[in-house]
Amino acid sequence: METWDILRNIWFILIGVLFVGYSILDGFDLGIGALFPFLGKKEEEKEALIKSIGPFWDGNEVWILTGGGALFAAFPHAYATVFSGFYLALMVVLFSLIFRAVSLEFHAHDTKRKGFWEGAFVVGSLLPSLLFGVALGNVVAGVPLDNTMNYTDNFFTLLRPFPLAVGLLGLTAFLVQGSTYVATKIGGVVQERARQIAKTLFFPNKILLLLVFVLTIVYMPEALKKPLAWVSTAFLGCALVVLYIALQKAKDKLAFLSSSLAFMSLWGILGAIHFPNLVKASNDPALSLTIYNASSSILTLKVMLIIALVGMPMVIGYTIYLYKIFKGKITVA
Amino acid sequence: MDTVLLAKIQFGFTAGFHFLFPPTTLGLTFIILIIESLYLKTNEELYKKISSFLIKILAVVFVMGVSTGIVLEFAFGNNWAEYSRMVGDIFGAPLAAEGVFAFFLESVFLGILVFGRSRISKRAYWWSAFFVFFGSHLSGIWIIIANSWMQTPAGFKIEGGRAVLTNFLEAALNPSTVERYFHTIAGGWITGSLVATGIAAWYLLKKRHIEFAKPLLLISMIVFIIVSILQLGLGHAHSIQVAKTQPEKMAAFEALWETQEGAPFAIFGIPDESQQKNHAYIGIPKMLSILIHFDPNAKVPGLNEFPKDERPRVFVPFVSYHIMILLGMVFIGVSVVGIWLFARKKIYDSQWYLKLLLFLIPLPYIANETGWVAAEVGRQPWVVYKVLKTADAISINVPAGNILFSLILFIVVYTLIAAVGIPIILRLIKKGPEESVSEGY
Repeated sequence: METWDILRNIWFILIGVLFVGYSILDGFDLGIGALFPFLGKKEEEKEALIKSIGPFWDGNEVWILTGGGALFAAFPHAYATVFSGFYLALMVVLFSLIFRAVSLEFHAHDTKRKGFWEGAFVVGSLLPSLLFGVALGNVVAGVPLDNTMNYTDNFFTLLRPFPLAVGLLGLTAFLVQGSTYVATKIGGVVQERARQIAKTLFFPNKILLLLVFVLTIVYMPEALKKPLAWVSTAFLGCALVVLYIALQKAKDKLAFLSSSLAFMSLWGILGAIHFPNLVKASNDPALSLTIYNASSSILTLKVMLIIALVGMPMVIGYTIYLYKIFKGKITVA
Repeated sequence: MDTVLLAKIQFGFTAGFHFLFPPTTLGLTFIILIIESLYLKTNEELYKKISSFLIKILAVVFVMGVSTGIVLEFAFGNNWAEYSRMVGDIFGAPLAAEGVFAFFLESVFLGILVFGRSRISKRAYWWSAFFVFFGSHLSGIWIIIANSWMQTPAGFKIEGGRAVLTNFLEAALNPSTVERYFHTIAGGWITGSLVATGIAAWYLLKKRHIEFAKPLLLISMIVFIIVSILQLGLGHAHSIQVAKTQPEKMAAFEALWETQEGAPFAIFGIPDESQQKNHAYIGIPKMLSILIHFDPNAKVPGLNEFPKDERPRVFVPFVSYHIMILLGMVFIGVSVVGIWLFARKKIYDSQWYLKLLLFLIPLPYIANETGWVAAEVGRQPWVVYKVLKTADAISINVPAGNILFSLILFIVVYTLIAAVGIPIILRLIKKGPEESVSEGY
């Protein structure tokens, strides 16, 4: 393999790593947002929930910003195709993220409209949790593209059964991530509730997983031939068994850890099936955007790799420091 | 409606709104770092109180900056897909680097700054303040690199219709990066310091929190005075660079229609695009030549030197550029008076001057925005100077209706954010520093 292709492969994996980081970290605060009314009933409980993500959510969100930036830099065509093609859906995501971010700061100060900002936090967390999966499902299943790499259909094409199923699967995964995190972080009645919700969500999540598996085999039978997809599926299976046991035995930290590993395995399966495509063309496979025809130059990929190798270890280092500083349980008065 | 026009309005509105916040962050993080340094050195509780108070305000400003900044990260793909395809090889990298090096740093350590005072040592807390300061200034470097590359592209070649990176350092340190960076950072420090002096002045006028207001006024005034005077040189250097690297932009700034030896510097005028001349023009003779070349008879190219379809519009760049300069002069004037009042030890009692400081708060925002408008409108019709025209940078498959729809939503949502966010900051100021230290985790 020539150097350029090696770099393209590396960047496919690195962008995946950024998305995994986002799913695991911002995953829990998105999940908490979407489950907010179910997790917190009294005022102090809601406060505790917000506090549990207070120092973290902003840094967590940077994973998707950096992921988007890395996609732009490494595979500009994929970035351009997805963001112009899925225009309205991504606008919904953007407005959700805006409302979500300001609501976390505003709700405490703008007491007159506290309810409104709480609602904005919930909806602003719920919609992205669903739509990220829908977008991903479309990219994997394929969308109609023309020979200038542009998406040719409208918004409603995006709402096909496979992408919707992936969206719902992603949503439940975010919810499990959020509820298992809360169980590790907050004590008392909120913890009990979070454990209960995580248990309740376990089976709908598995049914959706099964549905997505079946749909994948129906729409993309070639997926069965990818060894890495099988390895990731085995990994996912193990993570889910551990998650099930951890939930039954109320081992909160283990539950969060296995939920995170399950999320990672999902990305592994997706990456294995999708590689080397970035945006599949449903009308003609020759029009698909792959890591080969959509990438940046060898020099840009090299420079970016240096940036990532210098920067990301530091990021991981001080992120661990952040979680260390704020470790320990929050008690609800 | 025209897709390109709508997309331009949308970018202008969302970026212009966003640009209210980062300069404030730059200035406030700098002042917070100074005050935290004093606290670390003297152990004086008062400094802790001042800093905690400013950090509360910073948190609100920062979150508005972050939430409106996400939009811009994705705007290039949404509305400017052809741009992303054409120049993504170069333009994407600084955006990604900003994420890796700066956004994580700012966000993580701001979390510590807001919630962690009681959980870490004083020294570790000072480092957190430093990293928030450092991260926001580093973020500035990357975004200025990206913007400067659009103004004065370098380190690339055109291959198969796309710009391809040939030298990263040349692209990053293109001919306008350094000048633009220092000019913009100084603008941010003026903004942050004037916000802080305004708050302190208001407390002194109301005779509240006097103990607290005096050191805050002193520290932020010192920053303001030094930087507003420095900005004269930094702005000048940036203008010289524009005159050399984008001469048609300078011609538009000065509404210089014809090439002239001993060109004047405009003080007032109403440029008339259709007749290619200025009405009611007042200018200082030979001054533009002196400013650019330090030579009263030097030749300055006018707009007539450039093909008609490669000239910027004149009115908007001319007006906004001169408003910015005027405000810069106002800041210097206010600084000089400030120095005089300090020297006579009268600053804390000069009611009129404190009132002036209070009413000065909106001005740096106008200066930042007009400077940015002049720079970006003055770059037209190019999105990347002499490489790609704005009209060819648009997403070809996004219907105008979608852009209009999202534009209306942006206007509604951003108005709401401003309508709630600004009163929140005002309320924090009214409440005062007393309750600020209690933020625990």
